[in-house]
Amino acid sequence: MRTITLLIVLFLALTGFSAPDASEILKKVDQNLSSENRVMESTITIHGKRNSRTMTSRSYAVGTEKAFTEYLSPARDAGTKMLKLENQLWIYSPSTDRTIQISGHMLRQSVMGSDLSYEDMMDDRKLTDTYTATLEGTETVDGREVYLISLEAKVDDVAYHSQKMWVDTERFVPLKQEMFAKSGQLLKRLEMRDVEKISGRWFPRTMVYKDMLKQGGGTEYTVTKIEFDVDIPEYIFSKAALKQ
Amino acid sequence: MWLAIKLAYRNLIGAGLRTWLNVLVLSFSFVVIIWMKGIMVGWDYQAKTDMTNWQIGAGQYWHENYDPYDPFTFDESHIEIPELLKSEISNQNITPMLIAQGTIYPQGRMQSVVLKGIDPTQKVLYLPSEKLDTAITALPAFVGQLMASSMKLTVGDRVMLRWRDENGTFDAAEIEIVDIFSSNVPAVETGQVYIPLDKLQQMIGLENRATIFTFNENFKKENTPDGLVLKSKDELTKAVDDMIKTKNSGQSVFYFILILLVMLAIFDTQVLSIFRRQKEIGTYIALGYTRRQVVGLFTVEGGMHAILAAVVAAAYGIPFLAWQAKVGFTMPVDTSEFGMAIAQTLYPVYGVGLVLATTCIVLIVTTIVSYFPSRKIARMNPTEALRGKIQ
Repeated sequence: MRTITLLIVLFLALTGFSAPDASEILKKVDQNLSSENRVMESTITIHGKRNSRTMTSRSYAVGTEKAFTEYLSPARDAGTKMLKLENQLWIYSPSTDRTIQISGHMLRQSVMGSDLSYEDMMDDRKLTDTYTATLEGTETVDGREVYLISLEAKVDDVAYHSQKMWVDTERFVPLKQEMFAKSGQLLKRLEMRDVEKISGRWFPRTMVYKDMLKQGGGTEYTVTKIEFDVDIPEYIFSKAALKQ
Repeated sequence: MWLAIKLAYRNLIGAGLRTWLNVLVLSFSFVVIIWMKGIMVGWDYQAKTDMTNWQIGAGQYWHENYDPYDPFTFDESHIEIPELLKSEISNQNITPMLIAQGTIYPQGRMQSVVLKGIDPTQKVLYLPSEKLDTAITALPAFVGQLMASSMKLTVGDRVMLRWRDENGTFDAAEIEIVDIFSSNVPAVETGQVYIPLDKLQQMIGLENRATIFTFNENFKKENTPDGLVLKSKDELTKAVDDMIKTKNSGQSVFYFILILLVMLAIFDTQVLSIFRRQKEIGTYIALGYTRRQVVGLFTVEGGMHAILAAVVAAAYGIPFLAWQAKVGFTMPVDTSEFGMAIAQTLYPVYGVGLVLATTCIVLIVTTIVSYFPSRKIARMNPTEALRGKIQ
């Protein structure tokens, strides 16, 4: 009888009171970060080795398949537009009045000199589809308790063989993410700050991407204005909109 | 005719300084033209020899998708080493090379590079591949002098290399520079990192595959394996030929101006001679010379400038040209920036054909230039000429 009671207690402890499953955590992260559609204004500051430069942009996105971004400043980049439709990407440059499709290996190039590649922007597959997640434990990041999740690629065609993600235990927003090469070399670090509740979901207003092999302070991405689930006219996501 | 030559020679020598000035300037043209042409031939020879030794061997097989000017083709340009070539590879007559894209981070700067996997035992090219056969903890690599100076790399330096495997997954490892080579071929130095072939194949996941195959003179070309394209030496050195052709055309303008100046001097001398020696012309005719013979005499006299110039040019030109062939001509600017297979010091190469052609051209042009003013003699009135009356 004592043994049965002990087993029941142990079962309850393991099921009802243990930390959530790693994939459950990732699902909650996806719920926070992805939306039906969104309109966002942001500033991108690229901290180079010697100086920094800042750009502002406005983007429209529907799910993970459609996205349209227009650069608003500085004058040199103003008017540059990008259109992403599923796995295709076009860029319009006002100085040449030409629209070019970024494809194949060009996707591996840096976006406007930042620490992000076009491919980083394009990879819209869910983490749960491409990685096997394991909960490693809990830690503290910026004074907040976080789950440390390690991700191991389960498909061949991913850019990063493994990742580590530190997810806020209460708000289910990643506060830090590290991407590793096959050899285990740390390649990129992503830090998320200024987490705020916007339209009922937690969202980080500031993200800092850092190429860990390169000198410089990384690329800071600050969301200045964001609206979720708004009506976006369909024509925005057409090649014709690039030249308008 | 012999008499005309004898007379022409005597008249020329008799004219003294005027003749020698013309001869000196003409001889200078001889030497400069031969030297400049020699430099061009020397460059052609050097560029092709260096390219053969360092880059192209006696020719290459390229994967059909490979385009050296488009790094985006590299990932689709590899083929399993064909059975047909395997025996020649083991005989050291062919060396396979796998080419991929990568990024290195010297002093934290991000630089795109072309990764070239080379067999450490190869003997086809002069590249110091044997240096890769070393046991160090990092990945051994060697680079060219141009690459080393632009990236500020020295032997023993370690830098991080990042690449993607065949599926596009990032990988990174440290490379150690085990050697820095210096060739005159920027195409094998600029932006390139050489690592052992088997390592690169493992890194990318392309075991037993290669992009290009370079062969030497001993290789007997038979059938081109499927998926490869034969690139002959002529095709691969076409850029050098085109460049030299362009340079030659550019230099022709310079030769033309040089010859024009000399010919102007000879033309003037002839006009002056005919003007001042009218009595002499009249005397020749009075003594029984036909007008044609007198024209011939003056033409020979003018043309003889070229012969004298050739003799004078030989006197100081041969030692000068021989000395140049030995020490070479060092370019006053850094040739490594030219992007062409050009050495800092060019050694002129002179052929018999070059010297003979230059002499003949100058002789013919001088004779023609001498003939034109002499035609005036044919229109002279011999009596008036004898009296020395200006006509």
